Amino acid sequence: MFAPITLEILVLALGFILLLAESFSNSTSKRSLAKIAIFCLGWVFALSFFVESAPSNPEPGSFWNFYSADPVSMVFKRIALLTTMAVLVMALEYEAVLAKNIPSSRTGAGTGEFFILPLFTCTGLMLLASAVDLVMAFAALELVTISFYVMVAYMRGSHASLEAGVKYLILGALSTGFFVYGITWIFGLTGETHFAKIAVKLAALQDSDTAILFALVLVLVGLGFKVAAVPFQSWVPDVYQGAPTPVTAFLSVGSKAAGFLLLLRVLEPFLGVAALSNKILLVLTVLAGATLIFGNLAALPQNNLKRLLAYSSVGHAGYLLMAIACIGVAPSALGSVGSTVGFYLFAYLLMTLLSFLILTIATQHTKGEEIHHFNGLSRRSPFLAFGLLVAMSSLAGVPLTAGFYGKFLVFAQAVNAHQWTLLALATVTVGAGFYFYLRVVAAMYWAEPTDTSPIHVSGLSKLVIALLVTGIFVFGVNPKPVLAALQSSPAPLAATAH
Amino acid sequence: MLTLLLLIPIVTAAALFLGNGSRSWSKTAALLQLAVTFLLWFGYDKTKAGYQFVFATEPLFPGLDLRYAVGVDGLSLLMLLLTALVTVAAVWFSPKLEGDKRAGLFDGSVLLISAGATGAFLAKDLFFFYAFHELALIPTFLLIGFWGSGERQAVAWKITIYLGLGSIVLLTGLVDLFLAIPAASRTFDLQKLQELAASHVIPAAAQLRPWLLLTTGFGILVSLFPFHSWAAPAYACAPSPVAMLHSGVLKKFGLYGMLRLVVPFLPQAFHQPVFGTWTAQDLLLAALLGNILYVGLVTIAQRKLDYVIGYSSVMHMGYVFLGIASMNIIGLNGACLLMFSHGLSVAALFALAGVLREREGSLNFERLGGAAKSVPFLSIAFAMAAFASIGLPGFSNFASEVLVFFGGFKEGATPFLKTTTILALWGVVISAVYMLRAYKAVFLGEATASSLKWNDLHGGARYAFALLPIALLLGGFFPHYFLGFLKPTLEAALR
Repeated sequence: MFAPITLEILVLALGFILLLAESFSNSTSKRSLAKIAIFCLGWVFALSFFVESAPSNPEPGSFWNFYSADPVSMVFKRIALLTTMAVLVMALEYEAVLAKNIPSSRTGAGTGEFFILPLFTCTGLMLLASAVDLVMAFAALELVTISFYVMVAYMRGSHASLEAGVKYLILGALSTGFFVYGITWIFGLTGETHFAKIAVKLAALQDSDTAILFALVLVLVGLGFKVAAVPFQSWVPDVYQGAPTPVTAFLSVGSKAAGFLLLLRVLEPFLGVAALSNKILLVLTVLAGATLIFGNLAALPQNNLKRLLAYSSVGHAGYLLMAIACIGVAPSALGSVGSTVGFYLFAYLLMTLLSFLILTIATQHTKGEEIHHFNGLSRRSPFLAFGLLVAMSSLAGVPLTAGFYGKFLVFAQAVNAHQWTLLALATVTVGAGFYFYLRVVAAMYWAEPTDTSPIHVSGLSKLVIALLVTGIFVFGVNPKPVLAALQSSPAPLAATAH
Repeated sequence: MLTLLLLIPIVTAAALFLGNGSRSWSKTAALLQLAVTFLLWFGYDKTKAGYQFVFATEPLFPGLDLRYAVGVDGLSLLMLLLTALVTVAAVWFSPKLEGDKRAGLFDGSVLLISAGATGAFLAKDLFFFYAFHELALIPTFLLIGFWGSGERQAVAWKITIYLGLGSIVLLTGLVDLFLAIPAASRTFDLQKLQELAASHVIPAAAQLRPWLLLTTGFGILVSLFPFHSWAAPAYACAPSPVAMLHSGVLKKFGLYGMLRLVVPFLPQAFHQPVFGTWTAQDLLLAALLGNILYVGLVTIAQRKLDYVIGYSSVMHMGYVFLGIASMNIIGLNGACLLMFSHGLSVAALFALAGVLREREGSLNFERLGGAAKSVPFLSIAFAMAAFASIGLPGFSNFASEVLVFFGGFKEGATPFLKTTTILALWGVVISAVYMLRAYKAVFLGEATASSLKWNDLHGGARYAFALLPIALLLGGFFPHYFLGFLKPTLEAALR
């Protein structure tokens, strides 16, 4: 048995070792770096099942005051590890494009860090999953964000990538500012940074409703940027389109998961303030409604698949916020808001990674990322087309896929909380979703290809696609493994209260 | 055993997608499916109430009774028989795609639609009951969009988005119904739900909202007026096996759901006012009158055979809803038998329309005529199917419509129900008008030049087709035999 922090230390050490190895090696091919990283992350994933649990009563001043290892954190840590592995597989496929867009004397030079930086993001995500203290959460979140700044702008030769990098940097820094400002207000109000202690202090505060609301709004603005909630979504389409595709995938999964986990943890102390809970829920409902409508309707006219997925990412943030807007109602038999959000994120991860992986492979043969470039893909590569069909069906929410189960749980939460307005909006947006996701399917299956040469897919990618497709179907029928892990602790913070 | 029934089409479809199969594979699969269904049919003990041949896994949701569970009672068995019969006919009447590399995709998708219907009818769990139905959504989208005729792509979008929306409304309704059950006894098991419904667990005051949500959701899937506009064009443009399976089998899912959930759980909602003095039942009656009279008249105005059949299928849904709305055992019996009969007769009509389209290329009445001389088998087959569809005595459509009309006059019927039933009787005249006109336009009169060169139906297709009218005649002469299967289920539903 290991202390849980061993996992993060291992990933971080792996990142440093590979960085050094990259600097000192003379080899021009950096592919082996990514392969080593995938292999080692696999071992860390396996190790994550053998860690000891957190002590129920941590000593004051000990490490456990910042860090928890409850089952929910462990689920998110594993999600981070799996995501990083999938992103590295994508990065391998993307190497050729990357090398083309990095001006250098030798082809392939300067691509090494691209395979190593995701490890630091992964460390950040894993630490964030365990953070039960605002300072720790902030540090972890910044580790994630800063490594993203570099990766988004990685393709020096591509204007789109540079533009995306600048946009992400400026808006990211701004949102960080809001978030930190929110933290200082919380600290000023309560004198605490630990979530559970903040909850106790906040509930006891008198006559400072406005200050509490202000602090919450600041935090919401900061996190709204991370999860791409409307009206803080304006960076999403350009950054998603411009960034290297593997980074886009990582951004849409990792950044979103991190943001929502943190949102759930930060909201909990605030909901304890009885006088404010209605106002807080109203704010969340408005955010959710706006995000649902904007994300899904703006996706309708998109012709670029990456941009489409960017808007779809906003749309999915809407469904997740819809679940969060039901927080505070007694949970139904279909699970708590926390487990719904957790499962939705997990399903989102499977289908998003699958879409981006296939996008990465296919675009190198289709000469573009527009939807019409995918015309007749089912003739060129039935395997890729079927994979993308599954991903799109799952994103649209066709039953027997994991994506449907996520939506089912979200709708169940909303019915349970009597959120009829949000339900009506969501019904419309699901209908819109059927249109824009199935447009890709229609292009692949209805239209004729302009170029009929078959597409070759490498063995590793084939394996990962097959695993993701299987995962989508298996968890769409039997979500129990994930849900059981998410529900095994009643509330994310219960283990470390006091 | 029941899982086998589901695995046959799914495994065959997967094999066909992988690309090495041929039409004979899907024919074998459809025949196997029919054989297994017959085994079930004759192995079923119809004196007992409740589900038989039950198989269930461990719960698939922590702390909740949600499992992969299958089982059949008389009602689901009747629907499975319908599915298997129509599947056999659909496979045999699939257009010839020799030389097309994507024939496997076509055949596999057809089987997946059948698998979706099969799964929905044999599910003994609320979640899978819902989920399996949607298995057909994507295959339908692919089939209509690529192999359809006319405005195929626009129509494929319309049916997919419409049905997608309908399913979401339905999902909301199902969750609402589920949460209306007291927390201690919530379950996804249909058998336990049936027992719960019999003990009236949902208070009358909480019944109306789930009733409205569920009836709208199921109504969209069944093309209840005013949610009917997706259906007729989709059937008209779809390749004939898709039209057969969709209008014949898959559409019955919504009605099956009404009988399984709405009737037993929310009986009091039927008599609760929604707008002013209009009760929920009145709304349903007004909607189904829209199906019977308005859509009936629309059908008369059609000039193309596929549209006539498509609209007629929408129109006949009104009678099934009338049987359900009457909320008594006679009406429900009629509704169930009519689901079965209509499924067979409309599938037969679409099969023949597909054959005619292959021969002529267009189903416009002006370009057809006098075909009876050159293709006597087709002509007689079409006459049988058309007579069945009108409801001529001898076919089970007649028996079921009579039951539906008696149900509408039984004691306790409200004046509006009686009025509706009288008006609905006129629908029979309307359907006689359009069906006989269609028959006349295609097969009688002066023969067109091209019709003289047509080939008649031959070989396996004759036998595959014959299954449908034979089942219709059996149902017409021995309705009691079929109704015997339904008795325990329907009595439990009305308790």
